[in-house]
Amino acid sequence: MIYLDNSATSRIDSEVLSVMTEVMQDIFANPSSLHGLGGKAERLVNAAREVLARQLEASTNEIYFTSGGTEANNLAIKGIAFAYQQRGSHLITTQIEHPSVYDVHKQLEEWGWKITYISANEKGKVDPADIERAITDETVLVSVMHVNNETGTIQPIQEIGQILQSYPKIFFHVDAVQSFGKLPVHPKQWKIDLLSLSGHKFHGPKGVGALYLRQGIQLSPLMVGGGQEQGIRSGTLNVPGIAGLAKAATLADQKRVEKTKKVLKWKLSFLEQIKANLDNVMINGDPTPNESSPYIINLSFPGLKSEVIVHSLETKNCYVSSKSACSSRLEKPSRVLLDMGLTPREALGSIRISMGLDTSESELVELAELLKTVIPSLQHIIKDQ
Amino acid sequence: MRYDCILIRYGELALKKKNREIFIEQLVKNIEEKLAIFPRVSVIRARGRLFVELNGYNHEQVISRLKEVFGIVGISPAWKVPSEIDRLKEKALELVQSQSAQISTFKVVSKRTDKQFPYRSDQINREIGGFILSQIRNVKVDVHHPDLFIHVEVRGRFSYIYGNDILGLGGLPVGVSGSVMLLLSGGIDSPVAGYLTSKRGGKLCAVHFHSFPFTSERAKQKVIDLAQHLTRYVGTIRLLVVPFTEIQTQINEHCYSSYSITIMRRFMIRISESLARKHGCLALVTGESLGQVASQTLESMNVVNAVTTLPILRPLIGMDKLEIINLAKEIGTYETSILPYEDCCTVFLPKAPKTKPQLHVTEKQEKLLNIEQLVQEAVEKTEIIDLSPDQENKEFSYF
Repeated sequence: MIYLDNSATSRIDSEVLSVMTEVMQDIFANPSSLHGLGGKAERLVNAAREVLARQLEASTNEIYFTSGGTEANNLAIKGIAFAYQQRGSHLITTQIEHPSVYDVHKQLEEWGWKITYISANEKGKVDPADIERAITDETVLVSVMHVNNETGTIQPIQEIGQILQSYPKIFFHVDAVQSFGKLPVHPKQWKIDLLSLSGHKFHGPKGVGALYLRQGIQLSPLMVGGGQEQGIRSGTLNVPGIAGLAKAATLADQKRVEKTKKVLKWKLSFLEQIKANLDNVMINGDPTPNESSPYIINLSFPGLKSEVIVHSLETKNCYVSSKSACSSRLEKPSRVLLDMGLTPREALGSIRISMGLDTSESELVELAELLKTVIPSLQHIIKDQ
Repeated sequence: MRYDCILIRYGELALKKKNREIFIEQLVKNIEEKLAIFPRVSVIRARGRLFVELNGYNHEQVISRLKEVFGIVGISPAWKVPSEIDRLKEKALELVQSQSAQISTFKVVSKRTDKQFPYRSDQINREIGGFILSQIRNVKVDVHHPDLFIHVEVRGRFSYIYGNDILGLGGLPVGVSGSVMLLLSGGIDSPVAGYLTSKRGGKLCAVHFHSFPFTSERAKQKVIDLAQHLTRYVGTIRLLVVPFTEIQTQINEHCYSSYSITIMRRFMIRISESLARKHGCLALVTGESLGQVASQTLESMNVVNAVTTLPILRPLIGMDKLEIINLAKEIGTYETSILPYEDCCTVFLPKAPKTKPQLHVTEKQEKLLNIEQLVQEAVEKTEIIDLSPDQENKEFSYF
């Protein structure tokens, strides 16, 4: 099997799985229970919290566990919007955000907030100057993703963070779901106030994620109840999930530097292959090494339907994605690609190839070979060229 | 902005001539321990100050650690450049440019320890100041109240350039004043008392009284967490956990309930004194503030003090509750302190504690108990937990 849909989700690491199994069996108590068993579960959760805190160069009281990236994003954006509505009701985000950020802003818009959506350039990158221009006295939050989930383009987070230093009343949220565990992430250095991450994107379990929230910032909780996570996120803690998340983060931290170098090399030679051997192909995003995540490749075959390409590759036991997995069942061209200036026809023919920490070179080599046969034959059948 | 090193000033230390050497040595040692997680940094002693050479590490991360070291008065990220007037000018200009949005006035303050350098201090000032004025509009020189001080220190082949000071914690390096035994309850006050004692150079041992099942394991964990947090400022801490259930049960059974708090505190002091002698501590420290609760009246302090000859330090004595809370928040112990677990002081709290206990009544009440044996047993069964900064959690081997 060739699995190249790691930005949708990644295969769980066997070491993560065994930690989780052990925790499920042995440390099953509720961390909120007063007795010793509960105490042990709570200490385990806090040890896991320490792992994440260390990697993010943060304190343990700045890490909040959630049910995943979507919840972390919702909590960050709505949490700020609600908590600081007296201060202002204007939010800034981008046209290229993941739906768990973009649609939250849409929802807030329906509820009366004013939102500015910043467009990206043709390479999928947002200009920090556009963000600064959009700032008003009413602005309370700027939310920009680190690595775009469709194109892999890296957004200028540091520059935006630097600009926002001159606006101390504006908070800065970064969706790092596609970067954490693969690329360096430094919330403090980059002047980020809130940062979301998700376990299953780096070989951890599904159903668990985390939000980094800089100390001293208020957040309106979305879930109220037992008052877990300092009241920010009620609900019994997902102890095995949290342990799995921390284990996956530990492993990713050990592997990622080496892996990133390799993956970049594979990506570049893959792109060479594609350009040399296929007609009518576009490389979306920014192919310059440092401007884009080495783990993500986005191609368009104008005239073809991405769904058909995905299914054709599937028959060869090779798995890639059309758009991001969450929205791929809709017959609609990608909002992200359209924003970058692609035509609907170009956008509808795009596929995303995404690697993980367990991807091997041969997978990418074989995919290139498969594309060399699959694409020309599809282009031959579908005459809309 | 990338810096080469960090300059550290230690103010008060420089005044104490006789002990100076010991103090500086301790400060260097404490800084080195604090920065041990950055193996490539080196601490260099210079006249009246220290330099931390960053060797590639991010200065913000190093500074955030230095801000937790007692004895440091001022911290400045600095550049190390060859002692050539043009290089000095360039760097000084860079410094002003990096802050030009925030400042409108500056002053150059130079020092020349190397008399070989062809410019005198005032000449360096004028050379650099003039250069900056010629390069940047909108900034002026103000020799009295400048927004930015540009410090230039010429020391042999290399010179240091740095801007305004970041405030350090002040105080004295931990360890120069000997060891103390802190009575650590888990409330808001005692961690702050420990912090303040360490600020004056005291090395901490801490004692906690644990009355399981009247107080939970969480209450003990909370105290461990608090002590662990204090290690950021004070380095290693030996935490002693005294089994206190038997003593509390006996007091409750045999003594007037109105005197139970007084008697309990006398037991705590006796045990703490015994542990202090065992672990080389020369004073006890409590988080008491005058008149805050029943046990903190002068009458009560008299009766409690009567069981020991060790000095009992009460660094919070002049502070209001709100000031204590603010300091607890600043040092980061507040959030842990307010976790709602029973501690040994609240469990057996009588309805009407004696606010002005009398010594002879207390002593008569205590006659009903076998004090010596109870104290000795508690001391013998005391659990020792050694905590050190940056200690990794070893309970779980998963990560």
